[in-house]
Amino acid sequence: MLIYLPIAEVSVNAFLLLGLGGMVGVLSGMFGVGGGFLMTPLLFFIGIPPAVAVATEANQIVASSFSGVLAHLRRKTVDLKMGTVLLVGGLTGAALGVVIFNYLKAMGQVDLLVRLSYVVFLGIVGGLMFIESLRALRKTRAAGGAPASERRKHTWVHNLPFKMKFRVSGLYISVIPPLLVGVFVGILSAIMGVGGGFIMVPAMIYLLGMPTKVVVGTSLFQIIFVTAFTTLLHATTNFTVDIVLAVLLLVGGVIGAQIGTRIGTRMKAEQLRILLAALVLVVCGKLALDLLLTPAEIYSLGAAGGH
Amino acid sequence: MLRWLALFLVLALPLRAEEVVLGLSRDEVAITATFDGSDILIFGAIKREEPIRDDSNLEVIIALAGPSEPITVRRKERVAGIWVNVDAVEVDAAPSFYAVLSSAPLETALRQVEDLRHDITIPRAIRSVGAPMTVADAESFTEALIRIRAGADLYQVLENAVDLEEDTLFRGQVTLPANLTEGPYRTRIFLTRNGRVVDIYETTIAVNKVGLERWLYELSRNMPLVYGLMSLAIAIAAGWGASAAFRLFQR
Repeated sequence: MLIYLPIAEVSVNAFLLLGLGGMVGVLSGMFGVGGGFLMTPLLFFIGIPPAVAVATEANQIVASSFSGVLAHLRRKTVDLKMGTVLLVGGLTGAALGVVIFNYLKAMGQVDLLVRLSYVVFLGIVGGLMFIESLRALRKTRAAGGAPASERRKHTWVHNLPFKMKFRVSGLYISVIPPLLVGVFVGILSAIMGVGGGFIMVPAMIYLLGMPTKVVVGTSLFQIIFVTAFTTLLHATTNFTVDIVLAVLLLVGGVIGAQIGTRIGTRMKAEQLRILLAALVLVVCGKLALDLLLTPAEIYSLGAAGGH
Repeated sequence: MLRWLALFLVLALPLRAEEVVLGLSRDEVAITATFDGSDILIFGAIKREEPIRDDSNLEVIIALAGPSEPITVRRKERVAGIWVNVDAVEVDAAPSFYAVLSSAPLETALRQVEDLRHDITIPRAIRSVGAPMTVADAESFTEALIRIRAGADLYQVLENAVDLEEDTLFRGQVTLPANLTEGPYRTRIFLTRNGRVVDIYETTIAVNKVGLERWLYELSRNMPLVYGLMSLAIAIAAGWGASAAFRLFQR
């Protein structure tokens, strides 16, 4: 069934959109990532204008993360205090990110820089996570199945001022690292049109030393507010939020997220991490190939004056 | 003397000797939520107050153009192993949709001089004033624009697609694709004799979003903050609602 999207001004098969939303929703629930880094390129492939894809994706992430957060809140796996600190950083970062985005747009190379930052960030994060979780898996096997939880070491992170107690995470650390993580993720979400979970989740685990159990819920909590902010920025400045597209994606996405959350709680943390790492690397590889291989059409059309 | 004058007048006014009378299967296209393209039948007759001339070839050309807008065409080049947009040419005005239908191959139905005057063929319908000095082959950018749009059925050249019967009745059909831009679609019908335009008829077909589509579009343009907040509210409500429904379903 074809449906006409009023803002994107294209006709797309409604079931294709529902399916895409559902598929990405499952991943979103499983890993606590918004799924934007997957959905945004997928929307490009089915012919949605990039500006609309990025803005609408932000709106859709709000919805799919919302049901995810509800599920985590019920299970008490959200560190609200940590989430709020990350959020303060995130909103600042998103505002900064929009300024950077507009500056790049004026230079006419925003498309390439977005793609390159995807490849670089996905490559680094995916690679590190993959190696780390492989090592963890091997250690668990060697120790005869004993859970490897001895990772809370004292690093430079614990020697910074403005310490705060995060009871749910069982941490007593400075607020500076989570604030910086928030700012960084906020910038990325504004520039790359993603929630930023794929950066935030590893940062929370490896940098802040948060237990894997609360990481997913807390990152979803932060993502909701940052992407809501991004949605409003796009809607008021670029007029590119397509609500019909968003609703179709999120109907599939919300159901997918519920299924994903259930799968996620049944799996071991190490298995989850290695799967996420593999997924991140696959997307990274695909984007890298697009940049390296000779494209079928070397010309492209864009609205005058950018994008 | 008077007789000579009359004859002279008749000879001097061959332009209005034949005129187009037009019918359209529809003069507006409504884009609804389930819009997936539309066919428009353009038909008409040639009105004349004298016997049909058989000393020259009569042909009909129909040109349908969507609203024009400026467009940037970019070309990628390999820089340090990566494909990067390097050159860009700004096309001042390119129609979002363009279809040319003719009753004979355009080469015979239309002289180049007349094309230059009336801008009938696709390359003429695209207006590109200046390419930057750094780009040597600006034409290939316009060609790429035509190639990409033609691939999406947005630019169509349909030669021999106009049926012309007895040099009097004509009809042609244009298939509008699903991804239409709204606005007035300028429709021109040219009557040519030996490639010279002898009459032009012009009208517009209005392509508009209607109903919910129209309302959402207008709201997003006129009250973007309200639209943004509404989008968020709908998204959150749907997210919460579907989650609640899913839980009920699980029990």
